[in-house]
Amino acid sequence: MTTTGTHQTQISADPDVPLIRIVREFDAPPEKVFQAHTDPALVAQWLGPRRHTMVIDHYDCRTGGSYRYLHVSDGNEFGFHGSFHEVRPPSLIVQTFTFEGYPDGVSLERLVLEPIGAGRTRLTATSLVDSFAARDAILASGMEGGLREGHERLDELLAG
Amino acid sequence: MAADPLTRVFAALADPTRRDIVTRLAVADATVNELAEPYDVSLQAVSKHLKVLGDAGLVSRSREAQRRPVHLEAEVFELMTAWIERYRRQAEERYRRLDDVLRDLPDDVAPEP
Repeated sequence: MTTTGTHQTQISADPDVPLIRIVREFDAPPEKVFQAHTDPALVAQWLGPRRHTMVIDHYDCRTGGSYRYLHVSDGNEFGFHGSFHEVRPPSLIVQTFTFEGYPDGVSLERLVLEPIGAGRTRLTATSLVDSFAARDAILASGMEGGLREGHERLDELLAG
Repeated sequence: MAADPLTRVFAALADPTRRDIVTRLAVADATVNELAEPYDVSLQAVSKHLKVLGDAGLVSRSREAQRRPVHLEAEVFELMTAWIERYRRQAEERYRRLDDVLRDLPDDVAPEP
C-alpha cells in the first residue's frame, strides 16, 4: 500500500432522502473490484467484520440471483440476505439487503464502479432505506450495537 | 417528518448558511445581529436559521441580559460527528481488507464470459 490519504472512505448522509453514500478509491481496475464483489470466495475474505467469521450460505451474484450469509461470533449468528436486482460487469450491482434480526427492514444497495485512470477505480455505494430513523440508526450503530446507548446519550443531551 | 433527533441535526446542517453559522459559533458565542452581519439577508431570516439549529439541539440562547448571545452546543455536534466517524472507520476497515484481496488477485483475471 502506498499513501493512505487517497484511499480514505468518505461517508455522506443525504438530507433529503434516507440514504447513506460511501465513496472509496482502489488501486485496481473495475474488473478486479467487481470480481471481488461477485466471487463468494473473495467476498468472504473482506465483507464481514474482522471479529466475526463469515459463513456464506449461498451467493449467486447475477441479475435475478440471491444471497444469504451469516456472521458468526461466540456462538451468535447474524444472518443477512437479499436479491441481486441488476448485475452488470464491471460497473454496477443493485441488490436488496435485509438483516434477519429485523426481517421487515430492507435497504436498496447500489454499487457503481468507475475507472479513474492509471488502473484505478472509484467505488460509490449508496444504501437507501425506508425511513430517516432507520438510516440514522444504521449510521449511529454501524449495525453493531451501541445504538440504544447513542440515542440515550443524544436524548439526554437534547433534554439538558 | 424528521422527529428523530439525529435526522433533525442532519437536516439542520444541510443548509450552507446554517453550517457557516455553526462554524462561526464554534469560535465564540454571538448575537443575532453579529451573526447576520456578513449575510445579505434579514435578521428575520437569520432568526429562522437559528430556530432550525435550536430545534435540532445544536444551539441555545441564554437569557443573559438583553444581549442573549447564541451558543453552540458542541456536545451534540461532536456526538453526531463521532457516530459518523465510527461508521466511516468500519467501512474503511472493510475496504482495507478489500485492498488486500485486490492486491493478491492475479492480473490476468478475465471478466467472466
